[in-house]
Amino acid sequence: MGLNSDLFFQYVVAGITYGTIYAVVAIGFNIIYNATGIINFAQGEFVMLGGMTAVTLSRFLPLPVAILGAVAVTTVIGAVIEILFIRWLRGPSVLRMIIITIGVSILVREVALHVWGESIRALPYFTGTSVTSIKMGNVYISPQVLWVVGVSAVAVVALSAFFNYTMLGRQMRACAANRDAARLCGISAKNMVTLSFMLSAGIGALGGCIVSPITYVQYDSGTPLAIKGFTVAILGGLGNSAAAVGAGMILGILESFSIWVLPAAYKEVISISLLLLILFIRPSGIFGSAEASRLKEF
Amino acid sequence: MRGRYLPVAAFAGLIVAIQMATHFTGSGYHLTQLTMSAYYSLLAIGLCLLVGYAGQISIGHAGFFAIGGYITALLTTHDLSSHQGLALGWLAKVGVLSSRTGLYGGHLLTLHPWAACLVAIVATVGVAYAIGGPVLKLKGHYLAMATLGFGTIVYRIVLGSPLVGGADGLSEVPPFVLLPGLEVSSQASLRVQNYYLAWGLVIGGMMLLLNLIHSRTGRALSAIHGAEDAADAMGIPTARYKLNTFVLSAAYAGLAGVLLTHFNGGIGPSEASIMKSVRYVAIVAIGGMANLWGALLMSLLLNYLSLRGYFGTYDDAVFGGILILIMLFAPEGLLRRQLFGELRNLFSRDAAEEAP
Amino acid sequence: MGKRLGACAIVLGGLILFHAIAEAGEPIRIGAILSVTGPASFLGAPEARSLEMLVEEQNKKGGVLGRKIELIVKDSSASPEKAFSFAKQLIEEDKVFAIIGPSTSGETMKIKSVAEVGKTILLSCAAAEVIVNPVAKYVFKTPQKDSDATVKIFQQMKMMKISKIGVLSSNTGFGQAGEAQIMKLAPEHGITVLANEVYDKAASDLTAEVTKIKAAGVEAILNWSIEPAQAIVIKNARQIGFKGPIFQSHGFGNIKYVEAAGEAAEGVLFPAGRLLVADGLPNTNPQKALLVKYKKDYESKYKEEASTFGGHAYDAFIILVKAIEKAGKADKEAVRATIEQLTGVVGTGGVFNFSATDHNGLNVDAFEMLTVRKGKFVPLAN
Repeated sequence: MGLNSDLFFQYVVAGITYGTIYAVVAIGFNIIYNATGIINFAQGEFVMLGGMTAVTLSRFLPLPVAILGAVAVTTVIGAVIEILFIRWLRGPSVLRMIIITIGVSILVREVALHVWGESIRALPYFTGTSVTSIKMGNVYISPQVLWVVGVSAVAVVALSAFFNYTMLGRQMRACAANRDAARLCGISAKNMVTLSFMLSAGIGALGGCIVSPITYVQYDSGTPLAIKGFTVAILGGLGNSAAAVGAGMILGILESFSIWVLPAAYKEVISISLLLLILFIRPSGIFGSAEASRLKEF
Repeated sequence: MRGRYLPVAAFAGLIVAIQMATHFTGSGYHLTQLTMSAYYSLLAIGLCLLVGYAGQISIGHAGFFAIGGYITALLTTHDLSSHQGLALGWLAKVGVLSSRTGLYGGHLLTLHPWAACLVAIVATVGVAYAIGGPVLKLKGHYLAMATLGFGTIVYRIVLGSPLVGGADGLSEVPPFVLLPGLEVSSQASLRVQNYYLAWGLVIGGMMLLLNLIHSRTGRALSAIHGAEDAADAMGIPTARYKLNTFVLSAAYAGLAGVLLTHFNGGIGPSEASIMKSVRYVAIVAIGGMANLWGALLMSLLLNYLSLRGYFGTYDDAVFGGILILIMLFAPEGLLRRQLFGELRNLFSRDAAEEAP
Repeated sequence: MGKRLGACAIVLGGLILFHAIAEAGEPIRIGAILSVTGPASFLGAPEARSLEMLVEEQNKKGGVLGRKIELIVKDSSASPEKAFSFAKQLIEEDKVFAIIGPSTSGETMKIKSVAEVGKTILLSCAAAEVIVNPVAKYVFKTPQKDSDATVKIFQQMKMMKISKIGVLSSNTGFGQAGEAQIMKLAPEHGITVLANEVYDKAASDLTAEVTKIKAAGVEAILNWSIEPAQAIVIKNARQIGFKGPIFQSHGFGNIKYVEAAGEAAEGVLFPAGRLLVADGLPNTNPQKALLVKYKKDYESKYKEEASTFGGHAYDAFIILVKAIEKAGKADKEAVRATIEQLTGVVGTGGVFNFSATDHNGLNVDAFEMLTVRKGKFVPLAN
């Protein structure tokens, strides 16, 4: 079966859809990593919480308000997690941090199971329904995909503006670059860490809301997303969110086209193999450089 | 160095005491879960060596368990009777084939469990050597992700391949007959045998590791864990030591996989899942990262309780909670080295020698 | 003297009677190994709830043969080694009379020989054919046969003059068992499979997979899965402009999947047990009364719609109870043999007719072809 141009572009659209989902999760990883050097294995849970809370709120609130509410609630949960589990560690080792965040991820998942039960939920499509699609030539795009791409783009730009042009953002960057010097300037490192968790939770929740009409949320849908998101973050270079978007697209498109040659069941093997390859050959990522990754700039 | 083997003797005594207790209370059925626990503990102590002593994190060790288990399951259930040819004749001559009647009648010709076990261990060790080299060059988060990636690949492969049963896994795996009358299986009449077999193996494995820790290798590992660059500068071949430790812990995991698969009579993809790997790390963490005995005791207890369904629907939550609590409050584990040291100081006047 | 003897006789008689009643009062223990949490929780959780509801109801009626039923539920989280451990525990330690479950085929296969060797009746809620073929004396299953579901679908396709299809299946036991049946039975029903893809049960978007299927020029898509991801296939297929009919397996029998698929679910065709359209059945249908009652009880107690999955555990329980009552005693071998003689047992999955060679008891008539109209399940009016 030949790959004609229609099919090609349809695969590209599919790839962009996956890719944006992964990129949103990866950006969340990067925010926390930049501020603290911690890889937050519970990132996927923020996405899940956002979607679940939005569905619950949308029962008695209009959709936009429900989404904002879900983002707000998850942001608070992010802060709570940081205060309860991360804040009062003194000089933790990498191993310890990894294990703690894995433990948090499991705990949040189990709490979600007992709060919401095991059934799946989905938000309604923002515009149109599950069958509407915009036809461009012979290629079909669901309007929700445009929402996903659009909102993610806005989020990336907003974050970039936040880190570059606001006082708070600059303080966070200062903390990431050199914690002691920042403290000498009167910046409270502890609060910056909490803020980074809140931001990360918020953007994860937003991602969960915009993506949930396309897929669905379930109490355990966070973990597979986290693994993909982390793959993308490393691919682009840990800490570099713009690169994460690019890397997300690359991975998404690779996975999408892999259907053409490999049975779909092995799609995951592709992303993991890519991850391992990058780790072995160039751990600083496709777009990263060795020194930049040490500087941990956003 | 009698002192070193005192804990071993004490532990052996504990094992015997537990069995006697179940005998006299007529509750021999507990031995099933205790035996399964033993095989998981074999993996745990190997992992403890890697994570605690050599300081290399691995959240993909269930992958090695699965490689061992699946290979032996495949080789002892794949029927060769329809095949002809030279290779088969040669195998028969070497004596590695075994024929038996299946559960529903019908004639089955498969590889003998001994041969399958050998292949499984060799494969596990081979894979460990192959990926260990590049993986162990990484540090910190990157190492964690690489091992996570390895575990995920193994999981995806066994889940997606019809050859090994896909999502259903493999069943009807025959018992592993070690000697006439002595076999690894879960038959109720062989409970006591299997119990001592399993724990005997674990104790043997423990002794091997204890010797290792107190030898030059052990000190080298401590040095690597403490400050790898310094160790390198001192001329310790860190890469080689790390790799060998990795392979040894993988071998323990693979052997555990082989034996537990024969005991259970089957294996499924869930044994390769990331959640399982995380559990193993949790057990090592709570036992005290660099404490073999801690890992062993915790593994015995937690696996036993989990296999009896003691935690009900909160099973995963319990492990998650344990991870967090331990890491927050007792990062050196509950049964940490200093604890023993402190206790010993309490009970003896002279300054005790360094706790093991 | 006579009076005293009489009094003694009465007291003795009373004691004997009392002892008989007391002994008869000992509960019948039934074990259940279900995936209440974990990757198969959408199966195990409704099954556990249905079972608990039924046991409570039965005990209110006085139990079985005057003895109460004690239900022991073990959560295996779809993990075969846990299922194995629990099976051993239930059989050797708790000495249960019978085991209901497990929820997945992989787990069932692991404990099939455990139940056989332990001579304990096993009523599985999992669908794989290999559970009852080859037949093991003590092992039964309640879900309908995959081959019957496939045949029902092919019959419908023939009526709609469809001969070229694309097949999508999930990478789980249920999905793969179905795929095997489809490939095996397609030729004899005049169906050609032009494209065949397996997708991951945890996938978040399947546009690429359905694009490949659509590009093969198929007239209809057959999507075989029991997991939530099947809803994504339906959505994506409609979004890329596929206009042909979409067929699902009986694993679609949960209204939540329809909700997840939204408008895309409109017109989807699938075979299912009649539970989903219970209210619309004609009053002459033998299953109607039982189905309506189950639905009402389940929905009022648990505040969620009943699905066909919970029904598998329901059927297992009523089969067991009927067999015990018919055998007249709670003896494992006697009850086992009685199950094989049961015919005409009305359950949620269909009407069961067992035999020594058929440990499932259902055939293609257990299925009704359903479709989705305005977000609700309705029978397909032909």
